[in-house]
Amino acid sequence: MTNNWVDIKNANLVMVMGGNPAEAHPCGFKWVIEAKVKNKAKLVVVDPRFTRTAAVADLYAPIRAGTDIAFLGGVINYLLQHDAIQREYVVAYTNAPFIVREDFAFAEGLFSGYKEQIHAYDKTRWAYELDTDGYAKIDVTLSHPRCVFQLMKKHYERYTPETVSDLTGTPRDLFLQICAAIASTAPAARTMTSLYALGWTQHSVGSQNIRAMAMIQLLLGNIGMPGGGVNALRGHSNIQGLTDLGLLSHQLPGYLTMPLEGDPDLASYLGTRTPKPLRPGQLNYWQNYPKFFVSLQKAWYGAAASKENDWAYDYLPKLDKVYDVLAVFELMSQGKLEGYICQGFNPLGSFPDKNKISKGLAKLKYLVSIDPLKTETSVFWQNHGEFNDVDSASIATEVFRLPSTCFAEEDGSLVNSGRWLQWHWKGAEPPGEAKGDAEIIGELFVRLRALYRKEGGAFPDPILNLAWPYRVARAPAPDELAKEYNGWALADVPDPKQPGAFLAREGEQLPGFAPLQADGSTACGCWIFAGSWTQAGNQMARRDPSDPSGLGATLNWAWSWPANRRILYNRASADPSGKPWDPDRRYLTWNGKKWVGSDIPDYKVDAAPDEGMSPFIMNAEGVARLWAPAMVDGPFPEHYEPFETPLDSNPLHPKVISNPAARVYPGDRERFGTAREFPYVATTYRLTEHFHFWTKHTRIGAVLQPEAFVEISESLAAKKGIRNGDKVVVSSKRGQIVVKAMVTKRIATLKVAGQEIETVGIPLHWGFVGVTKPSYLINTLTPFVGDANIQTPEFKAFLVNIVKA
Amino acid sequence: MANQSLDVVRQSAGMATPPSARKTMVVGKLIDVSRCIGCKACQAACMEWNDLRDQVGSNRGAYTNPPDLDDQSWCLMRFNEVEIGGRLQWLILKDGCLHCSNPGCLDACPAPGAIVQYSNGIVDFHEENCIGCGYCITGCPFNIPRLRRADSRVYKCTLCSDRVAVGLEPACIKTCPTQALCFGSKEDMLELAHHRLGDLRERGFAQAAIYDPPGVDGTHVFFVLPHGDRPEAYGLPKDPRVSPVVQVWRSPVARGFGVVTMFSVLVAGILHYMRHGPLEVPEDKKPEEKKEP
Repeated sequence: MTNNWVDIKNANLVMVMGGNPAEAHPCGFKWVIEAKVKNKAKLVVVDPRFTRTAAVADLYAPIRAGTDIAFLGGVINYLLQHDAIQREYVVAYTNAPFIVREDFAFAEGLFSGYKEQIHAYDKTRWAYELDTDGYAKIDVTLSHPRCVFQLMKKHYERYTPETVSDLTGTPRDLFLQICAAIASTAPAARTMTSLYALGWTQHSVGSQNIRAMAMIQLLLGNIGMPGGGVNALRGHSNIQGLTDLGLLSHQLPGYLTMPLEGDPDLASYLGTRTPKPLRPGQLNYWQNYPKFFVSLQKAWYGAAASKENDWAYDYLPKLDKVYDVLAVFELMSQGKLEGYICQGFNPLGSFPDKNKISKGLAKLKYLVSIDPLKTETSVFWQNHGEFNDVDSASIATEVFRLPSTCFAEEDGSLVNSGRWLQWHWKGAEPPGEAKGDAEIIGELFVRLRALYRKEGGAFPDPILNLAWPYRVARAPAPDELAKEYNGWALADVPDPKQPGAFLAREGEQLPGFAPLQADGSTACGCWIFAGSWTQAGNQMARRDPSDPSGLGATLNWAWSWPANRRILYNRASADPSGKPWDPDRRYLTWNGKKWVGSDIPDYKVDAAPDEGMSPFIMNAEGVARLWAPAMVDGPFPEHYEPFETPLDSNPLHPKVISNPAARVYPGDRERFGTAREFPYVATTYRLTEHFHFWTKHTRIGAVLQPEAFVEISESLAAKKGIRNGDKVVVSSKRGQIVVKAMVTKRIATLKVAGQEIETVGIPLHWGFVGVTKPSYLINTLTPFVGDANIQTPEFKAFLVNIVKA
Repeated sequence: MANQSLDVVRQSAGMATPPSARKTMVVGKLIDVSRCIGCKACQAACMEWNDLRDQVGSNRGAYTNPPDLDDQSWCLMRFNEVEIGGRLQWLILKDGCLHCSNPGCLDACPAPGAIVQYSNGIVDFHEENCIGCGYCITGCPFNIPRLRRADSRVYKCTLCSDRVAVGLEPACIKTCPTQALCFGSKEDMLELAHHRLGDLRERGFAQAAIYDPPGVDGTHVFFVLPHGDRPEAYGLPKDPRVSPVVQVWRSPVARGFGVVTMFSVLVAGILHYMRHGPLEVPEDKKPEEKKEP
């Protein structure tokens, strides 16, 4: 979230699209109700089905799964055509005035620079036009034909209400009502909050779905504002912490990135990651990348990381390609992977094309499952009749199950969607032989290190020299790890502004990330967490709910990264002169000497408004990006059909149907179905009663939602002779499941491109282990293709057929 | 079970002189349907607090699980899909005992002390005194009490009388994430309910109303209904009343004539007839299930 859960209460309009918080985030949803009850906010829901969020909405509109960019592009067009934008904000705080290179073009569904053989773009033509000093050229009148504003206007003029309605199936009048509601937040004193979740990410255009809403919020001046923002509601209680700590194959903690094969030494690695400002006078905060990286290496390798050995840069692996989960399971299915350690994860249920996953697991020599529960993955080799019909005798994979603890059986912190690190305390001892994850990994490491000590090996240094300063080597404690993420001073860190004073003394916990150094005098395991465990103690354990401004900036409740800041980009809540846009929501103000207000300023605290520093300090431009040339699939979001589309075409550009920059493995392309065989749009989702594949192991959860089902419209049911509660066979090109059918008014039949489109809604929670009724894993049906930028699988839009069983 | 920190003001088949030394607050639970997201946390909390574990059932094409109230489910979220004014509404209702001020169950019950009403308004079943006749089921205008065949006792929501007795809110209230459920004095809760009506009317629910039916002298669990003119769309009776037969059964006139015993037999017979016998209800004649998808 750019903002946080509590801040939702400040919104005038709550826009839920690409998510279903009343069901997937019922506790956080209290703030939506608070906004409605206390702030008279309107709630708008756009979803392929009428959800429990829609049940309390002021306005609901159905949409065909996989057409969000068509809808949002239509909203952008509406705002521009009706001049319903906050123009002063757009000119000062976004790259709308930036001028783009002359050779940029968009035609027939392709941006310039497309290389068909490799399904990828050469992005150099999307760059800004630079002046002789290397700064981007701008036109603050927004009239230059190649300025971002004009390009955007042109790009989205195709998205007329009629086109939108024809693509999405959303009735035109409903679409226009929603446009008007959104446009009503363009005035400086009104805000809209956008709440989304995996309904936007799990598409082959997932990242661009979110970009489209970010653009809308920027045009409306709703970023940095209380009650505004683009707010990702995370799917697990600590999935935010997972990404923060870099548990993705291409990342390091704190959103630093893994070295690539093309980065042979530290200088080239840092060179490509330390940006130069694109406009004069900008803070360009990523210029500090070397400080974050060197401090990380000091935390990991201690004395073994020195200036002489480039801070142990050679110890890090250099990626030859991406190793996202889809890539790893592709390698597994090719028999190129020997072992897989699966920690707190149930890939047989969670990844697309279960049959492919199962065949891959069967090719491993060993599989380790670290989990508190018996997951389907850990028993993938067992025959469970029709639900998991494998030939156990032919599977040679050795499976180790290491029972771990649940969150309530350990101390530690969880990072919530709003970036709060909240410490929690153990409520019970773990049962039986279960151990905490850190203890399991600690023990594995200590034994591996002993083997490397004894036997050497090709390159034992990164293992032997890994700093391991824990009280009990085989069991690093949560407080020790938390202190390491925060970081400490390895030597006195002088204060550059006050000779003789120090930002931190040797051995002290760091007060934040500002003192981090690139000279080896600081160690920090995750720079964005610096400040969470200081000399004053564990800031994450704070529990003071006071909200002095009434705007939800509860600065003494837990700790929020970065720097305990509750709303990101909050400098943009004030106008260029430093006055709050909304006198009733005074979040940050320039008092003549410094920035003061309810929150920690996301800005240089003493930079006067007339210095010309822009509010988006993490960007080299200093402003927010309506135009994002770093995306792999285009600088503007464009509507592409899901890889399995019911239309067999893309009415906007028939030659380019689906995302041209998405990665599809050859074997998987053959496993895509067509509308002729599989005529219905399917979408998968969660329900309130269950949490992923966990709570099917609990009796009460099982009572509340006992058995797998799919939801279909009354008209599809009539067409197929299916009655409510009947058993049905749902099939895709990849497999089939047999489940109960729920016939409901809540799924609408949509009119799209002259066709009647039916949707099959598929909740995901059941499986063949647990106390609920045994069931198929629904990812038997889903396609093995991901978002072009980050490879999140396309679980939300694919094709199926359905017949009565 | 008897709870000594609560004063019984009425009890079935007997009129004790109620204790009056203590001043107790008359309680109310407000269910604001417009804030309810049907998450079933109340249903889970009810099972947790009361040590109930219903059977893992099957999906019958509905979000309502289990399919009906029973001896293990004293609280149940019911889901109703209706179109009102051309707009689809998914009406979600937390079903369970409403704790009537004039409880038909208590009036109908022939077993001394099996059903009591406390001075705070809670109507509680003391199962140790229950004889399993099922007359309370007939006497209830809301179709709430459920007979457990295994022990021939009738069960329903206690409004967590054990928690309330020690100054805690009911378990469902504590767990509700959106404050759709609120608990306090009935007076305060009514004021809160009136406040909510204003907001709902501004949002276009012109018929929003409080459901606190006068036919049972009001209830201690009551609702804010956005479509207040159509309680039956939520599965609530439009104008619930205690059955006249039950009223006569308990009337002072009947007592005054000293024919209580005889009359009891007669009325018990009628009540029994009305239910076709509590232990031999054929499957298709069970209390009507509310229509839901």
